[in-house]
Amino acid sequence: MNAMSDIKPATAVVSAAGLGLTFETADGPVNALTGVDLTVGKGDFVSFIGPSGCGKTTFLRVIADLEKPTAGTITVNGMTPEEARKRRAYGYVFQAAALYPWRTIEKNIALPLEIMGHTKAEQKARVERTLDLVNLAGFGKKYPWQLSGGMQQRASIARALAFDADLLLMDEPFGALDEIVRDHLNEQLLKLWARTNKTICFVTHSIPEAVYLSTRIVVMSPRPGRVTDVIESTLPKERPLGIRETPEFLEIAHRVREGLRAGHSYEEHV
Amino acid sequence: MERETFLRDRLLPIGTVLLALVALWYVFAVILNAPFERDTAARAGETITFSEILPKTMAQERPVLPAPHQVFAELWDTTVNKAITSKRSLVYHAWITLSATLLGFAMGAVLGILLAIGIVHNRAMDRSLMPWVIASQTIPILAIAPMIIVVLNAVGISGLMPKALISTYLSFFPVVVGMVKGLRSPEQIQLDLMHTYNASPAQTFRKLRWPASMPYLFTSLKVAVAISLVGAIVGELPTGAVAGLGARLLAGSYYGQTVQIWAALFMAAGVAALLVAAVGVAHGLVLKRMGARA
Repeated sequence: MNAMSDIKPATAVVSAAGLGLTFETADGPVNALTGVDLTVGKGDFVSFIGPSGCGKTTFLRVIADLEKPTAGTITVNGMTPEEARKRRAYGYVFQAAALYPWRTIEKNIALPLEIMGHTKAEQKARVERTLDLVNLAGFGKKYPWQLSGGMQQRASIARALAFDADLLLMDEPFGALDEIVRDHLNEQLLKLWARTNKTICFVTHSIPEAVYLSTRIVVMSPRPGRVTDVIESTLPKERPLGIRETPEFLEIAHRVREGLRAGHSYEEHV
Repeated sequence: MERETFLRDRLLPIGTVLLALVALWYVFAVILNAPFERDTAARAGETITFSEILPKTMAQERPVLPAPHQVFAELWDTTVNKAITSKRSLVYHAWITLSATLLGFAMGAVLGILLAIGIVHNRAMDRSLMPWVIASQTIPILAIAPMIIVVLNAVGISGLMPKALISTYLSFFPVVVGMVKGLRSPEQIQLDLMHTYNASPAQTFRKLRWPASMPYLFTSLKVAVAISLVGAIVGELPTGAVAGLGARLLAGSYYGQTVQIWAALFMAAGVAALLVAAVGVAHGLVLKRMGARA
Protein backbone atom coordinates (compact mmCIF):
# COMPACT_ATOMS: atom_id res chain seq x y z
CA MET A 1 0.00 0.00 0.00
CA ASN A 2 1.84 3.11 -1.17
CA ALA A 3 -1.14 5.47 -0.80
CA MET A 4 -0.82 5.43 2.99
CA SER A 5 0.97 8.78 3.10
CA ASP A 6 -2.17 10.86 2.53
CA ILE A 7 -4.10 9.18 5.34
CA LYS A 8 -4.92 11.44 8.29
CA PRO A 9 -4.19 10.44 11.89
CA ALA A 10 -6.37 7.49 12.81
CA THR A 11 -8.24 9.03 15.74
CA ALA A 12 -11.24 10.01 13.60
CA VAL A 13 -12.71 6.86 12.11
CA VAL A 14 -15.57 8.61 10.37
CA SER A 15 -15.48 12.29 9.61
CA ALA A 16 -18.30 14.06 7.74
CA ALA A 17 -18.54 17.73 6.83
CA GLY A 18 -21.54 19.38 5.21
CA LEU A 19 -22.62 15.96 4.03
CA GLY A 20 -25.80 15.83 1.94
CA LEU A 21 -27.60 13.28 -0.18
CA THR A 22 -30.51 14.00 -2.47
CA PHE A 23 -32.35 11.15 -4.15
CA GLU A 24 -33.85 11.92 -7.53
CA THR A 25 -37.26 10.27 -7.57
CA ALA A 26 -40.20 10.38 -9.93
CA ASP A 27 -41.93 12.78 -7.52
CA GLY A 28 -38.97 15.15 -7.54
CA PRO A 29 -35.83 15.32 -5.39
CA VAL A 30 -35.90 13.97 -1.83
CA ASN A 31 -33.44 15.39 0.70
CA ALA A 32 -32.37 12.29 2.61
CA LEU A 33 -29.49 14.09 4.33
CA THR A 34 -28.47 17.73 4.60
CA GLY A 35 -25.53 19.45 6.27
CA VAL A 36 -24.33 16.60 8.43
CA ASP A 37 -21.14 17.47 10.35
CA LEU A 38 -20.01 14.61 12.50
CA THR A 39 -16.89 12.89 13.73
CA VAL A 40 -16.79 9.38 15.10
CA GLY A 41 -13.65 8.72 17.11
CA LYS A 42 -11.82 5.45 17.48
CA GLY A 43 -13.46 3.16 20.00
CA ASP A 44 -16.70 5.18 20.11
CA PHE A 45 -20.12 3.57 20.28
CA VAL A 46 -22.31 6.03 18.42
CA SER A 47 -26.05 5.56 18.07
CA PHE A 48 -28.15 7.27 15.45
CA ILE A 49 -31.72 7.74 16.53
CA GLY A 50 -34.71 9.32 14.87
CA PRO A 51 -38.02 8.50 13.22
CA SER A 52 -38.16 6.84 9.82
CA GLY A 53 -37.08 9.14 7.02
CA CYS A 54 -34.53 11.01 9.14
CA GLY A 55 -31.64 9.63 7.12
CA LYS A 56 -29.99 7.55 9.83
CA THR A 57 -29.80 4.44 7.68
CA THR A 58 -28.80 6.55 4.67
CA PHE A 59 -25.90 7.99 6.65
CA LEU A 60 -24.75 4.50 7.58
CA ARG A 61 -25.02 3.41 3.95
CA VAL A 62 -22.93 6.43 2.88
CA ILE A 63 -20.19 5.38 5.33
CA ALA A 64 -20.40 1.89 3.83
CA ASP A 65 -20.23 3.20 0.24
CA LEU A 66 -23.64 1.69 -0.46
CA GLU A 67 -24.87 5.21 -1.35
CA LYS A 68 -22.93 8.12 -2.86
CA PRO A 69 -23.31 11.54 -1.20
CA THR A 70 -24.32 14.43 -3.43
CA ALA A 71 -22.84 17.20 -1.26
CA GLY A 72 -20.08 17.69 1.29
CA THR A 73 -17.22 15.38 2.19
CA ILE A 74 -16.82 12.23 4.22
CA THR A 75 -13.80 10.16 5.10
CA VAL A 76 -13.61 6.69 6.62
CA ASN A 77 -10.26 5.90 8.21
CA GLY A 78 -9.01 9.00 6.40
CA MET A 79 -9.98 7.58 3.00
CA THR A 80 -13.00 7.94 0.77
CA PRO A 81 -15.73 5.43 1.66
CA GLU A 82 -15.01 3.56 -1.58
CA GLU A 83 -11.31 3.14 -0.76
CA ALA A 84 -12.23 2.10 2.76
CA ARG A 85 -14.70 -0.46 1.45
CA LYS A 86 -12.12 -1.86 -0.94
CA ARG A 87 -9.75 -2.26 2.01
CA ARG A 88 -12.54 -4.00 3.93
CA ALA A 89 -12.47 -1.37 6.65
CA TYR A 90 -15.87 -2.18 8.11
CA GLY A 91 -18.31 -4.98 8.85
CA TYR A 92 -21.96 -4.26 8.12
CA VAL A 93 -24.88 -5.78 10.01
CA PHE A 94 -28.20 -5.34 8.23
CA GLN A 95 -31.70 -5.03 9.62
CA ALA A 96 -32.33 -8.64 8.61
CA ALA A 97 -29.74 -11.32 9.23
CA ALA A 98 -29.41 -11.89 5.45
CA LEU A 99 -27.75 -15.26 6.01
CA TYR A 100 -27.50 -17.34 2.86
CA PRO A 101 -30.00 -20.16 3.45
CA TRP A 102 -27.95 -22.77 1.57
CA ARG A 103 -24.94 -22.26 3.83
CA THR A 104 -24.51 -23.55 7.36
CA ILE A 105 -23.85 -20.97 10.06
CA GLU A 106 -20.10 -21.57 9.95
CA LYS A 107 -20.14 -21.38 6.15
CA ASN A 108 -22.06 -18.11 6.37
CA ILE A 109 -19.47 -16.68 8.72
CA ALA A 110 -16.72 -17.96 6.43
CA LEU A 111 -18.30 -16.21 3.42
CA PRO A 112 -16.37 -12.92 3.75
CA LEU A 113 -13.22 -14.90 4.56
CA GLU A 114 -13.59 -16.96 1.37
CA ILE A 115 -14.06 -13.80 -0.65
CA MET A 116 -11.07 -12.12 0.96
CA GLY A 117 -8.93 -15.16 0.24
CA HIS A 118 -8.10 -16.47 3.70
CA THR A 119 -6.71 -20.00 3.90
CA LYS A 120 -8.92 -22.89 4.99
CA ALA A 121 -7.12 -23.19 8.33
CA GLU A 122 -7.37 -19.46 8.94
CA GLN A 123 -11.08 -19.55 8.06
CA LYS A 124 -11.71 -22.36 10.51
CA ALA A 125 -9.88 -20.60 13.33
CA ARG A 126 -11.66 -17.30 12.76
CA VAL A 127 -15.08 -18.92 12.46
CA GLU A 128 -14.55 -20.71 15.75
CA ARG A 129 -13.36 -17.55 17.46
CA THR A 130 -16.25 -15.38 16.25
CA LEU A 131 -18.83 -18.08 17.02
CA ASP A 132 -17.48 -18.01 20.57
CA LEU A 133 -17.65 -14.24 20.61
CA VAL A 134 -21.39 -14.21 19.92
CA ASN A 135 -22.10 -17.28 22.10
CA LEU A 136 -23.02 -19.54 19.21
CA ALA A 137 -20.35 -22.19 19.74
CA GLY A 138 -21.76 -25.58 18.76
CA PHE A 139 -24.24 -24.14 16.27
CA GLY A 140 -21.81 -23.91 13.36
CA LYS A 141 -23.19 -26.93 11.53
CA LYS A 142 -26.80 -25.77 11.70
CA TYR A 143 -28.60 -24.13 8.83
CA PRO A 144 -30.09 -20.66 9.36
CA TRP A 145 -33.68 -21.93 9.42
CA GLN A 146 -32.82 -24.16 12.36
CA LEU A 147 -31.99 -21.09 14.49
CA SER A 148 -34.22 -18.52 16.18
CA GLY A 149 -34.33 -14.93 14.90
CA GLY A 150 -32.05 -13.72 17.68
CA MET A 151 -29.50 -16.43 17.01
CA GLN A 152 -29.61 -15.66 13.28
CA GLN A 153 -28.88 -12.02 13.99
CA ARG A 154 -26.00 -13.03 16.27
CA ALA A 155 -24.64 -15.18 13.45
CA SER A 156 -24.82 -12.18 11.14
CA ILE A 157 -22.86 -10.14 13.71
CA ALA A 158 -20.29 -12.93 13.85
CA ARG A 159 -20.05 -12.75 10.06
CA ALA A 160 -19.36 -9.00 10.27
CA LEU A 161 -16.71 -9.58 12.94
CA ALA A 162 -14.98 -12.48 11.22
CA PHE A 163 -12.56 -10.46 9.11
CA ASP A 164 -11.46 -8.16 11.94
CA ALA A 165 -12.55 -4.80 10.58
CA ASP A 166 -12.16 -2.13 13.27
CA LEU A 167 -15.43 -0.46 12.36
CA LEU A 168 -18.79 -2.12 12.83
CA LEU A 169 -21.83 -0.57 11.11
CA MET A 170 -25.14 -1.85 12.48
CA ASP A 171 -28.45 -0.88 10.92
CA GLU A 172 -31.26 -1.60 13.40
CA PRO A 173 -29.89 -5.09 13.91
CA PHE A 174 -32.32 -5.93 16.70
CA GLY A 175 -35.34 -4.06 15.33
CA ALA A 176 -37.25 -7.19 14.38
CA LEU A 177 -36.67 -9.02 17.66
CA ASP A 178 -38.81 -9.08 20.79
CA GLU A 179 -37.78 -7.00 23.78
CA ILE A 180 -36.48 -9.85 25.93
CA VAL A 181 -34.16 -11.09 23.20
CA ARG A 182 -33.21 -7.52 22.39
CA ASP A 183 -32.18 -6.77 26.01
CA HIS A 184 -30.08 -9.88 26.05
CA LEU A 185 -28.38 -9.06 22.77
CA ASN A 186 -27.76 -5.45 23.84
CA GLU A 187 -25.95 -6.71 26.92
CA GLN A 188 -23.90 -9.12 24.84
CA LEU A 189 -23.10 -6.43 22.30
CA LEU A 190 -21.70 -4.16 25.01
CA LYS A 191 -19.50 -6.96 26.31
CA LEU A 192 -18.33 -7.68 22.81
CA TRP A 193 -17.56 -4.03 22.23
CA ALA A 194 -15.56 -3.86 25.47
CA ARG A 195 -13.63 -6.99 24.54
CA THR A 196 -12.85 -6.13 20.92
CA ASN A 197 -12.40 -2.37 21.27
CA LYS A 198 -14.13 -1.73 17.96
CA THR A 199 -15.75 1.46 16.76
CA ILE A 200 -19.50 0.92 16.38
CA CYS A 201 -22.08 2.99 14.52
CA PHE A 202 -25.51 1.79 15.51
CA VAL A 203 -28.83 2.83 13.99
CA THR A 204 -31.92 2.41 16.13
CA HIS A 205 -35.32 3.90 16.78
CA SER A 206 -35.42 2.82 20.39
CA ILE A 207 -34.48 5.44 22.98
CA PRO A 208 -33.59 2.97 25.79
CA GLU A 209 -31.45 0.95 23.39
CA ALA A 210 -29.58 4.04 22.21
CA VAL A 211 -28.95 5.30 25.74
CA TYR A 212 -27.99 1.91 27.11
CA LEU A 213 -25.43 1.16 24.39
CA SER A 214 -23.86 4.43 23.38
CA THR A 215 -21.02 6.68 24.36
CA ARG A 216 -22.64 9.21 22.05
CA ILE A 217 -26.17 9.59 20.75
CA VAL A 218 -26.85 11.40 17.50
CA VAL A 219 -30.45 12.61 17.35
CA MET A 220 -31.77 13.04 13.83
CA SER A 221 -34.90 14.49 12.34
CA PRO A 222 -36.68 14.06 8.99
CA ARG A 223 -37.67 16.32 6.06
CA PRO A 224 -34.92 17.09 5.37
CA GLY A 225 -32.83 14.44 7.14
CA ARG A 226 -30.45 16.22 9.51
CA VAL A 227 -28.66 16.02 12.86
CA THR A 228 -30.50 17.98 15.55
CA ASP A 229 -28.52 17.06 18.66
CA VAL A 230 -25.44 15.12 19.72
CA ILE A 231 -25.55 13.86 23.29
CA GLU A 232 -22.45 12.64 25.12
CA SER A 233 -23.32 9.85 27.51
CA THR A 234 -22.15 10.22 31.09
CA LEU A 235 -22.81 6.57 31.90
CA PRO A 236 -19.82 4.44 32.91
CA LYS A 237 -18.40 1.94 30.44
CA GLU A 238 -19.51 -0.94 32.67
CA ARG A 239 -23.30 -1.12 32.24
CA PRO A 240 -25.42 -3.84 33.81
CA LEU A 241 -29.01 -4.02 32.49
CA GLY A 242 -30.20 -2.50 35.79
CA ILE A 243 -28.52 0.79 34.92
CA ARG A 244 -31.61 1.60 32.91
CA GLU A 245 -33.52 2.39 36.10
CA THR A 246 -30.95 4.87 37.44
CA PRO A 247 -31.74 8.61 37.42
CA GLU A 248 -28.66 9.25 35.30
CA PHE A 249 -29.95 6.92 32.58
CA LEU A 250 -33.43 8.44 32.68
CA GLU A 251 -31.91 11.91 32.47
CA ILE A 252 -30.10 11.06 29.25
CA ALA A 253 -33.20 9.32 27.87
CA HIS A 254 -35.15 12.50 28.65
CA ARG A 255 -32.63 14.61 26.74
CA VAL A 256 -32.91 12.30 23.74
CA ARG A 257 -36.69 12.53 23.86
CA GLU A 258 -36.47 16.33 24.08
CA GLY A 259 -34.09 16.32 21.13
CA LEU A 260 -36.51 14.25 19.08
CA ARG A 261 -39.37 16.57 20.03
CA ALA A 262 -37.36 19.66 19.10
CA GLY A 263 -36.87 18.13 15.67
CA HIS A 264 -40.67 17.89 15.35
CA SER A 265 -40.23 14.18 15.06
CA TYR A 266 -43.37 13.39 16.99
CA GLU A 267 -45.75 15.69 15.15
CA GLU A 268 -45.85 14.63 11.53
CA HIS A 269 -45.40 11.05 12.48
CA VAL A 270 -48.54 9.12 11.66
CA MET B 1 -49.67 -45.12 9.67
CA GLU B 2 -47.33 -44.06 6.89
CA ARG B 3 -48.79 -46.66 4.56
CA GLU B 4 -52.30 -45.62 5.36
CA THR B 5 -51.69 -42.01 4.43
CA PHE B 6 -49.96 -43.10 1.24
CA LEU B 7 -52.97 -45.25 0.40
CA ARG B 8 -55.47 -42.53 1.18
CA ASP B 9 -53.57 -39.51 -0.14
CA ARG B 10 -51.97 -40.95 -3.26
CA LEU B 11 -53.12 -44.35 -4.37
CA LEU B 12 -56.84 -43.90 -3.86
CA PRO B 13 -57.39 -40.62 -5.76
CA ILE B 14 -54.93 -41.42 -8.53
CA GLY B 15 -56.23 -44.99 -8.84
CA THR B 16 -59.82 -43.82 -9.01
CA VAL B 17 -59.08 -41.41 -11.84
CA LEU B 18 -57.06 -44.10 -13.64
CA LEU B 19 -59.90 -46.61 -13.40
CA ALA B 20 -62.39 -44.03 -14.65
CA LEU B 21 -60.13 -43.23 -17.61
CA VAL B 22 -59.69 -46.90 -18.53
CA ALA B 23 -63.45 -47.48 -18.29
CA LEU B 24 -64.10 -44.44 -20.48
CA TRP B 25 -61.49 -45.68 -22.93
CA TYR B 26 -63.26 -49.04 -23.26
CA VAL B 27 -66.61 -47.33 -23.82
CA PHE B 28 -65.18 -45.20 -26.61
CA ALA B 29 -63.33 -48.18 -28.10
CA VAL B 30 -66.67 -49.91 -28.44
CA ILE B 31 -68.48 -46.87 -29.79
CA LEU B 32 -65.77 -45.98 -32.31
CA ASN B 33 -65.00 -49.49 -33.50
CA ALA B 34 -68.60 -50.77 -33.72
CA PRO B 35 -69.45 -49.16 -37.13
CA PHE B 36 -66.69 -51.20 -38.81
CA GLU B 37 -68.17 -54.45 -37.44
CA ARG B 38 -71.68 -53.44 -38.54
CA ASP B 39 -70.43 -52.58 -42.06
CA THR B 40 -68.60 -55.88 -42.32
CA ALA B 41 -71.72 -57.76 -41.26
CA ALA B 42 -73.90 -55.74 -43.62
CA ARG B 43 -71.57 -56.47 -46.57
CA ALA B 44 -71.80 -60.18 -45.76
CA GLY B 45 -75.58 -59.83 -45.64
CA GLU B 46 -75.77 -60.81 -41.98
CA THR B 47 -77.35 -59.12 -39.02
CA ILE B 48 -75.22 -58.80 -35.94
CA THR B 49 -76.32 -58.25 -32.33
CA PHE B 50 -74.64 -55.95 -29.83
CA SER B 51 -73.40 -58.86 -27.75
CA GLU B 52 -71.66 -60.21 -30.85
CA ILE B 53 -70.17 -56.81 -31.71
CA LEU B 54 -68.82 -56.14 -28.24
CA PRO B 55 -65.92 -58.66 -28.14
CA LYS B 56 -65.06 -57.97 -31.80
CA THR B 57 -64.60 -54.21 -31.19
CA MET B 58 -61.80 -55.05 -28.80
CA ALA B 59 -59.92 -57.41 -31.05
CA GLN B 60 -59.68 -55.61 -34.38
CA GLU B 61 -56.38 -55.56 -36.21
CA ARG B 62 -56.64 -51.87 -37.16
CA PRO B 63 -59.16 -50.36 -34.81
CA VAL B 64 -60.06 -46.67 -34.89
CA LEU B 65 -59.33 -46.69 -31.18
CA PRO B 66 -57.54 -49.75 -29.87
CA ALA B 67 -58.71 -51.07 -26.52
CA PRO B 68 -56.32 -50.60 -23.59
CA HIS B 69 -55.43 -54.27 -23.36
CA GLN B 70 -54.49 -54.32 -27.07
CA VAL B 71 -52.12 -51.42 -26.56
CA PHE B 72 -50.54 -52.99 -23.52
CA ALA B 73 -50.25 -56.36 -25.25
CA GLU B 74 -48.41 -54.59 -28.08
CA LEU B 75 -46.23 -52.74 -25.57
CA TRP B 76 -45.40 -55.99 -23.79
CA ASP B 77 -44.72 -57.78 -27.08
CA THR B 78 -42.41 -55.07 -28.46
CA THR B 79 -40.47 -54.51 -25.26
CA VAL B 80 -40.18 -57.82 -23.46
CA ASN B 81 -40.52 -60.33 -26.28
CA LYS B 82 -38.08 -58.68 -28.71
CA ALA B 83 -34.32 -58.41 -28.43
CA ILE B 84 -33.52 -54.78 -27.72
CA THR B 85 -31.23 -54.67 -30.75
CA SER B 86 -34.10 -55.67 -33.02
CA LYS B 87 -35.70 -52.99 -35.17
CA ARG B 88 -39.05 -54.29 -34.02
CA SER B 89 -38.22 -53.61 -30.40
CA LEU B 90 -39.80 -50.50 -28.93
CA VAL B 91 -36.91 -50.30 -26.46
CA TYR B 92 -34.53 -49.93 -29.41
CA HIS B 93 -36.62 -47.11 -30.88
CA ALA B 94 -37.06 -45.47 -27.50
CA TRP B 95 -33.29 -45.49 -26.99
CA ILE B 96 -32.74 -43.82 -30.39
CA THR B 97 -35.12 -41.04 -29.40
CA LEU B 98 -33.82 -40.88 -25.86
CA SER B 99 -30.21 -40.40 -26.95
CA ALA B 100 -31.19 -37.47 -29.18
CA THR B 101 -33.34 -36.11 -26.34
CA LEU B 102 -30.54 -36.26 -23.78
CA LEU B 103 -27.96 -34.71 -26.12
CA GLY B 104 -30.38 -31.94 -27.11
CA PHE B 105 -31.40 -31.40 -23.50
CA ALA B 106 -27.79 -31.11 -22.36
CA MET B 107 -26.97 -28.64 -25.12
CA GLY B 108 -30.18 -26.69 -24.47
CA ALA B 109 -29.49 -26.50 -20.74
CA VAL B 110 -25.92 -25.29 -21.26
CA LEU B 111 -26.96 -22.80 -23.95
CA GLY B 112 -29.84 -21.55 -21.78
CA ILE B 113 -27.62 -21.10 -18.73
CA LEU B 114 -24.91 -19.30 -20.72
CA LEU B 115 -27.44 -16.95 -22.32
CA ALA B 116 -29.01 -16.23 -18.92
CA ILE B 117 -25.59 -15.43 -17.42
CA GLY B 118 -24.93 -13.05 -20.32
CA ILE B 119 -28.33 -11.40 -20.01
CA VAL B 120 -28.00 -10.89 -16.26
CA HIS B 121 -24.47 -9.47 -16.41
CA ASN B 122 -24.54 -7.44 -19.59
CA ARG B 123 -26.95 -4.60 -20.28
CA ALA B 124 -26.52 -4.81 -24.03
CA MET B 125 -27.33 -8.52 -24.04
CA ASP B 126 -30.27 -7.91 -21.73
CA ARG B 127 -31.76 -5.38 -24.14
CA SER B 128 -30.94 -7.11 -27.41
CA LEU B 129 -31.21 -10.82 -26.74
CA MET B 130 -34.40 -11.43 -24.80
CA PRO B 131 -36.82 -10.38 -27.59
CA TRP B 132 -35.07 -12.80 -29.97
CA VAL B 133 -35.20 -15.60 -27.45
CA ILE B 134 -38.94 -15.10 -27.15
CA ALA B 135 -39.39 -14.68 -30.92
CA SER B 136 -37.60 -17.99 -31.50
CA GLN B 137 -40.40 -19.78 -29.70
CA THR B 138 -43.18 -18.20 -31.75
CA ILE B 139 -42.13 -20.19 -34.81
CA PRO B 140 -43.95 -23.54 -34.85
CA ILE B 141 -41.42 -26.31 -34.36
CA LEU B 142 -43.22 -28.42 -36.96
CA ALA B 143 -42.44 -25.75 -39.55
CA ILE B 144 -38.80 -25.27 -38.68
CA ALA B 145 -37.83 -28.88 -37.97
CA PRO B 146 -37.75 -30.06 -41.63
CA MET B 147 -35.65 -27.00 -42.59
CA ILE B 148 -33.09 -27.76 -39.90
CA ILE B 149 -32.90 -31.37 -41.05
CA VAL B 150 -32.57 -30.43 -44.73
CA VAL B 151 -30.04 -27.64 -44.17
CA LEU B 152 -27.88 -29.74 -41.86
CA ASN B 153 -28.05 -32.67 -44.25
CA ALA B 154 -26.80 -30.39 -47.01
CA VAL B 155 -23.70 -29.55 -44.96
CA GLY B 156 -23.16 -33.20 -44.16
CA ILE B 157 -24.60 -33.41 -40.66
CA SER B 158 -27.12 -36.18 -40.22
CA GLY B 159 -28.18 -38.80 -37.73
CA LEU B 160 -28.34 -37.86 -34.06
CA MET B 161 -27.22 -34.24 -34.27
CA PRO B 162 -30.05 -32.64 -36.28
CA LYS B 163 -32.65 -34.19 -33.96
CA ALA B 164 -30.69 -33.11 -30.91
CA LEU B 165 -30.52 -29.58 -32.29
CA ILE B 166 -34.29 -29.44 -32.59
CA SER B 167 -34.48 -30.55 -28.96
CA THR B 168 -31.98 -27.83 -28.09
CA TYR B 169 -34.03 -25.26 -29.95
CA LEU B 170 -37.03 -26.07 -27.80
CA SER B 171 -35.36 -26.73 -24.48
CA PHE B 172 -33.04 -23.74 -24.14
CA PHE B 173 -36.02 -21.40 -23.85
CA PRO B 174 -37.43 -22.37 -20.44
CA VAL B 175 -33.88 -22.54 -19.10
CA VAL B 176 -33.08 -18.98 -20.24
CA VAL B 177 -36.30 -17.57 -18.83
CA GLY B 178 -36.01 -19.50 -15.55
CA MET B 179 -32.34 -18.78 -15.03
CA VAL B 180 -32.62 -15.06 -15.77
CA LYS B 181 -35.24 -14.94 -13.04
CA GLY B 182 -33.19 -17.22 -10.78
CA LEU B 183 -29.93 -15.31 -11.16
CA ARG B 184 -31.81 -12.12 -10.36
CA SER B 185 -33.57 -13.67 -7.37
CA PRO B 186 -31.08 -12.65 -4.61
CA GLU B 187 -32.48 -9.89 -2.42
CA GLN B 188 -30.91 -6.42 -2.46
CA ILE B 189 -29.65 -6.95 1.09
CA GLN B 190 -27.77 -10.10 0.02
CA LEU B 191 -26.21 -8.22 -2.91
CA ASP B 192 -25.34 -5.26 -0.65
CA LEU B 193 -23.53 -7.71 1.61
CA MET B 194 -21.34 -8.81 -1.30
CA HIS B 195 -20.71 -5.15 -2.12
CA THR B 196 -19.48 -4.45 1.42
CA TYR B 197 -16.98 -7.31 1.02
CA ASN B 198 -15.80 -5.76 -2.25
CA ALA B 199 -16.60 -9.08 -3.95
CA SER B 200 -15.89 -9.37 -7.67
CA PRO B 201 -18.80 -10.08 -10.06
CA ALA B 202 -17.43 -13.61 -10.47
CA GLN B 203 -17.47 -14.16 -6.70
CA THR B 204 -20.96 -12.72 -6.41
CA PHE B 205 -22.03 -15.09 -9.16
CA ARG B 206 -20.44 -18.19 -7.68
CA LYS B 207 -21.35 -17.63 -4.07
CA LEU B 208 -24.72 -15.89 -4.39
CA ARG B 209 -26.43 -15.77 -7.78
CA TRP B 210 -25.73 -19.36 -8.81
CA PRO B 211 -26.84 -21.10 -5.57
CA ALA B 212 -29.84 -18.78 -5.32
CA SER B 213 -30.94 -19.80 -8.82
CA MET B 214 -31.00 -23.56 -8.18
CA PRO B 215 -34.76 -23.93 -7.51
CA TYR B 216 -35.46 -21.94 -10.70
CA LEU B 217 -32.98 -24.01 -12.68
CA PHE B 218 -34.56 -27.33 -11.78
CA THR B 219 -38.09 -26.12 -12.39
CA SER B 220 -36.97 -25.01 -15.87
CA LEU B 221 -35.11 -28.26 -16.47
CA LYS B 222 -38.26 -30.27 -15.78
CA VAL B 223 -40.07 -28.39 -18.53
CA ALA B 224 -37.00 -28.48 -20.78
CA VAL B 225 -36.47 -32.23 -20.57
CA ALA B 226 -40.10 -32.95 -21.47
CA ILE B 227 -40.05 -30.68 -24.52
CA SER B 228 -36.65 -32.05 -25.51
CA LEU B 229 -38.38 -35.36 -26.03
CA VAL B 230 -41.07 -33.67 -28.11
CA GLY B 231 -38.33 -32.03 -30.15
CA ALA B 232 -36.54 -35.33 -30.79
CA ILE B 233 -39.79 -37.03 -31.86
CA VAL B 234 -40.71 -34.14 -34.15
CA GLY B 235 -37.17 -34.28 -35.53
CA GLU B 236 -37.67 -37.92 -36.46
CA LEU B 237 -40.79 -37.29 -38.53
CA PRO B 238 -39.22 -35.62 -41.59
CA THR B 239 -36.13 -37.86 -41.72
CA GLY B 240 -37.98 -40.53 -43.66
CA ALA B 241 -38.79 -42.45 -40.51
CA VAL B 242 -35.80 -44.73 -40.10
CA ALA B 243 -35.74 -45.30 -36.38
CA GLY B 244 -37.01 -43.81 -33.16
CA LEU B 245 -40.38 -43.28 -31.53
CA GLY B 246 -41.22 -40.61 -34.11
CA ALA B 247 -40.50 -43.11 -36.85
CA ARG B 248 -42.78 -45.64 -35.18
CA LEU B 249 -45.55 -43.06 -35.03
CA LEU B 250 -45.06 -42.14 -38.68
CA ALA B 251 -44.81 -45.75 -39.91
CA GLY B 252 -47.85 -46.65 -37.87
CA SER B 253 -49.89 -43.90 -39.46
CA TYR B 254 -48.66 -44.83 -42.97
CA TYR B 255 -49.88 -48.38 -42.59
CA GLY B 256 -52.89 -47.72 -40.37
CA GLN B 257 -51.24 -49.57 -37.48
CA THR B 258 -53.17 -47.76 -34.78
CA VAL B 259 -52.13 -50.21 -32.10
CA GLN B 260 -48.48 -49.50 -32.93
CA ILE B 261 -49.10 -45.75 -32.80
CA TRP B 262 -50.72 -45.98 -29.41
CA ALA B 263 -47.97 -48.22 -28.11
CA ALA B 264 -45.32 -45.74 -29.29
CA LEU B 265 -47.35 -42.96 -27.74
CA PHE B 266 -47.42 -44.66 -24.37
CA MET B 267 -43.73 -45.42 -24.63
CA ALA B 268 -43.04 -41.73 -25.28
CA ALA B 269 -45.19 -40.73 -22.32
CA GLY B 270 -43.39 -43.26 -20.15
CA VAL B 271 -39.96 -41.99 -21.23
CA ALA B 272 -41.06 -38.39 -20.59
CA ALA B 273 -42.32 -39.32 -17.13
CA LEU B 274 -39.02 -41.04 -16.34
CA LEU B 275 -37.01 -38.02 -17.53
CA VAL B 276 -39.07 -35.56 -15.51
CA ALA B 277 -38.85 -37.84 -12.48
CA ALA B 278 -35.06 -38.09 -12.90
CA VAL B 279 -34.76 -34.29 -12.93
CA GLY B 280 -37.02 -34.22 -9.88
CA VAL B 281 -34.75 -36.65 -8.03
CA ALA B 282 -31.69 -34.58 -8.97
CA HIS B 283 -33.52 -31.49 -7.71
CA GLY B 284 -34.26 -33.19 -4.41
CA LEU B 285 -30.63 -34.26 -3.98
CA VAL B 286 -29.29 -30.78 -4.72
CA LEU B 287 -31.77 -29.12 -2.37
CA LYS B 288 -30.85 -31.59 0.34
CA ARG B 289 -27.17 -30.78 -0.12
CA MET B 290 -28.09 -27.10 0.11
CA GLY B 291 -29.68 -27.65 3.50
CA ALA B 292 -33.35 -27.33 2.61
CA ARG B 293 -35.62 -28.40 5.42
CA ALA B 294 -36.72 -31.98 5.13
